[in-house]
Amino acid sequence: MRPGIQLPSIQLLSPGLIGRILREAFELLMSPGVRVGSAVVELLQSAGVEVGVAANDGVARLPEPLVRQCLASAPRDFYLYNRQGEKTVHYGGDDVHFDPGSCCVQMLDPGTLEARLSETRDLVRIVQVTEGLPQFAAQSTAVVCNDAPSAIGDLYRLFVVLQHSDKPVVTGSFSAAGLEGMIDLLAADSGSAEKLRQQPRAVFDVCPSPPLNWSEFGSHNLLDLARAGVPAEIVSMPLAGGTAPVTLAGSVTQHAAEVLAGITLHQLAGPGSPVVWGGAPAIFDMRTGGAPMGAVETAMLNMACAEVGKHLGLPTHGYLVATDSKLVDAQAGAESARSAMLGALAGINMISGAGMLESLACFSVEKLVIDAESIASAQRLARGIEVRGHDVRGDDVCSETLATAMFAQTGLSGEFLKLKETRALFRQEQYLPSPVIDRSARGAEPPSDVCRRARSRVDELVSKYRKPSLPEDVLRKFQAIVDREAAREANRAGVAADLPRN
Amino acid sequence: MSDPLFQAMRQSIIDGAPEKAAELAQQALANGVDPLEAVNRGFAVGIKFAGDQFGCGEMFLPDLLASAEAMKAAIKILEPEMLKRGSEREALGKIVLGTARGDIHDIGKNLVATILSASGFQIFDLGTSVTPEQFVAKAKEVDADIVGVSALLTTTMAGQKAVIEALDRNGLRPRVKAIIGGAAVTSKWAAEIGADGYSRNAIDALELAKNLMRKVMNKDMNTGTALA
Repeated sequence: MRPGIQLPSIQLLSPGLIGRILREAFELLMSPGVRVGSAVVELLQSAGVEVGVAANDGVARLPEPLVRQCLASAPRDFYLYNRQGEKTVHYGGDDVHFDPGSCCVQMLDPGTLEARLSETRDLVRIVQVTEGLPQFAAQSTAVVCNDAPSAIGDLYRLFVVLQHSDKPVVTGSFSAAGLEGMIDLLAADSGSAEKLRQQPRAVFDVCPSPPLNWSEFGSHNLLDLARAGVPAEIVSMPLAGGTAPVTLAGSVTQHAAEVLAGITLHQLAGPGSPVVWGGAPAIFDMRTGGAPMGAVETAMLNMACAEVGKHLGLPTHGYLVATDSKLVDAQAGAESARSAMLGALAGINMISGAGMLESLACFSVEKLVIDAESIASAQRLARGIEVRGHDVRGDDVCSETLATAMFAQTGLSGEFLKLKETRALFRQEQYLPSPVIDRSARGAEPPSDVCRRARSRVDELVSKYRKPSLPEDVLRKFQAIVDREAAREANRAGVAADLPRN
Repeated sequence: MSDPLFQAMRQSIIDGAPEKAAELAQQALANGVDPLEAVNRGFAVGIKFAGDQFGCGEMFLPDLLASAEAMKAAIKILEPEMLKRGSEREALGKIVLGTARGDIHDIGKNLVATILSASGFQIFDLGTSVTPEQFVAKAKEVDADIVGVSALLTTTMAGQKAVIEALDRNGLRPRVKAIIGGAAVTSKWAAEIGADGYSRNAIDALELAKNLMRKVMNKDMNTGTALA
């Protein structure tokens, strides 16, 4: 940061309140304790934790000193790398990145405006568009491909994304077996398991089940990721009033306890392995029983949860830029743009959710390109008001004056457009939106709707997209892993494996 | 004479006050009021009102749950006397509920169970992560009218289909109706897997269950006629 520059940011919690949240979170870890899967019982026992001794109920009580010790071994920051081996995403500090929402099952058809089951071609299109948008530092395994066997749905999504993108990937598995195949896929992409550990290309979302429950599958995933040294993003999702205390402060406390428990399991299995203080907290809608992702309180929960993680010095994640609207309409735009701004000002390292409609049930690639504009605006806001000038040599330097030097050249003529400074600096001062944003003067043509402009933008990005050229042997390895896993699952279920082409 | 008492009963349900509802139920028994009448003219009117208020957005889920709890408290007091008099409140139908295999999210299913139970259905709640075989066994055991399968996750929705297939395999359908629910469930999915119905929330589930029971009853009557 340059001297004299105030970066805009929002804090919702006072230091005193963060202290109280953590104190109570540590209390919750002892009473009522945390339910854990059998996969981690031995690990916890060897750390001196007794699991379900009295009732044999799988409940572990995690003492604060042990949790603190695990917090101390968790890295303060780490990077995700792109296929070229460049550091692309910095998880840590106040750096902010965005990725599309993930794991949708439905796609909004822009023609009929109806939701239909998502397929491989939809995921490919989302990846192609995301690849061309600098607003997204990472890809996500955005939709479930309903045309692929569901038993390997998680692996297959990553397989599609890796073939079509060079960017880092935010992903997740649907089962313990699925994770193994996915890590193999990433290792094949990186060259080796060791290379993957050194320069991770992907981060895996792992979710506890509220309240305070690390299921068999979740526990297992944490262990496997920690041991493989592949980053884990703990996505705790309390629903305030439904599966968590109704107060926002109470839900932030439950979130903290769930993530602390996850970090403990994770760090016991692989001390120093990268882990993210993440979440998808939301309020519970008292009319529908749903999780309104566009609510301002949902954004507040995400911001506050991240603040607690930052206080502990950990990398952070949140789920924003989504909407509860079923259409790409004014509600979708308002809710998504608002939470993009709030998330950026909260300094959350990775913000997932763009492109999502209907409280995460449906994906729209048109919404994705509109959200990209909101994200760019949020990123611009987060950069704040910078003091800069432009000297005669054409270098961007801190200026002695804000305006007087420019007035010295123009006098009262008003001819700022002609100034060298104007030409040199306007690209830094202003975010220049794509044609998705209409700022044109009214002409003879009737004004166009944002959805129509978004459709054109999607078409344009798809037409400009170039598929990465992966070495033949890597592609063969990919295919072999997918075939192996499909055969294994098919064998288990007694059906024939039938993979769609993409 | 009893009108103010019935009015108070209704109000105790609308207010979601279990202690008050239980107290009024005791009072009714002490005054010799027919327990079935206490339900039909008092408490049940309150739960219907609460449901309607929820439907038009004036009451919210916590209010509705409190009303259902109050209803339960009243019925608990009245039930022994109803049994004694042989004036049992006839169950609207028998419903087996559970979440699909692999799914441990039960908040929606519990809401449905509470509302249906408060409205007079007999509920057999199998809990979470229930296998198709368990659904079938329970449905046979209690001679269920309806089987309801809840799934929150898109990955466990396949479990709903498995239950319907198991009911079919065991020859329980079409006599037993299969209904589904859950955040990601749509009417399209319900149609695709051949469910007899789906609802978006607990109050709609009540309407759905009542409508299906009408079909069940009609079917029984028709069968009766055919046999006679």
